[in-house]
Amino acid sequence: MARRLAILGAVLALAAAGYMLIGARGNWGFVLPFRAAKLAALLLVGAGLAVATVMFQTITANRILTPSLMGYDALYVLVLTALVHGLGASGYAALPPALLFALNLAAMSALGLLLFALLARLARGDLVRLVLTGIVLGLLIRAGTTFLQRMIDPSAFQMVQGISYARFTQVEPSLLGLAALAILPALALAWTLRHRLDVISLGRDAAAGLGEPPARLERAALALICVLVAAATALVGPLASGSLGPTSFFGLIAAAFAHAITPHARHAVLMPCAALTGALILVGGQTLMERVLALATPLTVVIEFVGGVTFLILLLKRRSA
Amino acid sequence: MIRISDVHHQIDGQPILRGIELDIPQGGVTALIGPNGAGKSTLLSLVARLAPIQRGRITVAGHEVGRVRDRDLARVLAIMPQAQHVATRLRVEELVGFGRYPWHRGRPGPADRAMVEAALERFDLRALRSRFLDEISGGQRQRALVAMAYAQDTPVLLLDEPLNNLDIAAARGLMALLRDMAERDGKTILIVLHDINVATAYADRLVVMREGRIAAEGPPGEVVTEALLREVFGTEAGIARIEGRPFVIV
Repeated sequence: MARRLAILGAVLALAAAGYMLIGARGNWGFVLPFRAAKLAALLLVGAGLAVATVMFQTITANRILTPSLMGYDALYVLVLTALVHGLGASGYAALPPALLFALNLAAMSALGLLLFALLARLARGDLVRLVLTGIVLGLLIRAGTTFLQRMIDPSAFQMVQGISYARFTQVEPSLLGLAALAILPALALAWTLRHRLDVISLGRDAAAGLGEPPARLERAALALICVLVAAATALVGPLASGSLGPTSFFGLIAAAFAHAITPHARHAVLMPCAALTGALILVGGQTLMERVLALATPLTVVIEFVGGVTFLILLLKRRSA
Repeated sequence: MIRISDVHHQIDGQPILRGIELDIPQGGVTALIGPNGAGKSTLLSLVARLAPIQRGRITVAGHEVGRVRDRDLARVLAIMPQAQHVATRLRVEELVGFGRYPWHRGRPGPADRAMVEAALERFDLRALRSRFLDEISGGQRQRALVAMAYAQDTPVLLLDEPLNNLDIAAARGLMALLRDMAERDGKTILIVLHDINVATAYADRLVVMREGRIAAEGPPGEVVTEALLREVFGTEAGIARIEGRPFVIV
């Protein structure tokens, strides 16, 4: 298994080298740090979202669920729209990026925890009810966002539209450190949960019987998921193809590919594999889009397309199982 | 070994258990039987702390279930829940290895590996050790789950309807393994069963439940009577004796 992880790491290193070097001309003193900042953002976001999705799928015992599918990404756009609505376009634009990042991170983490706690209460362990309630809550959040967007002026609306997409081409370097301060410790804490996540994958009763009460672990995992997704989204924006478009399938693809690459259900293998896969999808995809296809189409559109196909395949596999 | 005192339990306001008093001695197989909705599985889940105890007291090997640390409870009591669905793709030996989790918490040592090997050997799973759970039969899967509980190395083992969906040969094989664990290892086994004839054939004691209460308890030869079958199960049935054990003929 170590060999597969090493190969994955080597391919990621190649993709990263490609991203840094392909088409690099002119002043290398400017080009390399500029690209390095964007590369760091891609690595942080890819690894953070992929690990968050793997944890989410383990605690919900469902391989097609992602935090995005449960309406979590939609919270980001709601927070942004509420800020633009409250402060006005100029007031919003005047906010220091670090403050905006902190506001987004805090609001999304808090709202995310509330959302998941509400979901858990409403669904009471019933998975079908959990999914349906999550989707309905996601729709509610999106409808609330649309309502707010109708009430702001056109220029502010245009601003909200602009910042409602993932932006890998314009990463604010000052935010990278802040995002790393949130994502890296959260990844380290997620790593400490690896054995407990293995146990909960046996089922709630079996986990309790092995001395691992699921409720405590679920709370810890959900808190980390909220921080990881919130920090990644606050750094580059939501990986959805639009505020009202389909939810992002990025986490789903990363987790599905990680499961396909490793036959091991152990999180000690699965989580690093997902982190490498997630980072590879973003770095490789962005290299292709930015350097080869000259930004002909945004990466998020391709992710949605591949993700949609993956989602259907997973659904069909479940039906035939 | 297991003492249950004045246990009451409600679900959505409906009483499920009504003042259960029960002592299960150390060693041997005790079968919980009764009609659907009698409260058998609920009682088992309270003993294993899968659900909180609302009223009353349960102790297992001297540990009060409502207060003992999760890890300590898992070292005296193993449970094989009803219809256990494993969401991830696991090999047989990985599943059995999970039985050691309460002891090593994710860092298995030589003693843990030796115990897993012993469980695979004991339950005749060596040839299947590298097979995934979805590649083996229902009977083999149940055997692997019991091997996992065996690897947990606890004096008490609880099983909730482990014979569901098993054919007669697999059911018989599993019950023989449990009987063997009780006799050779001195385990205290509490098992929920639907088939009264399986219970009378393999259990040392029967606990008969009806509408959240204990209707009768004791050795099968004393407990199973035509009057009890009529009163608890609402059915007329004859009883034959085979090697001293009652056999219900419907």
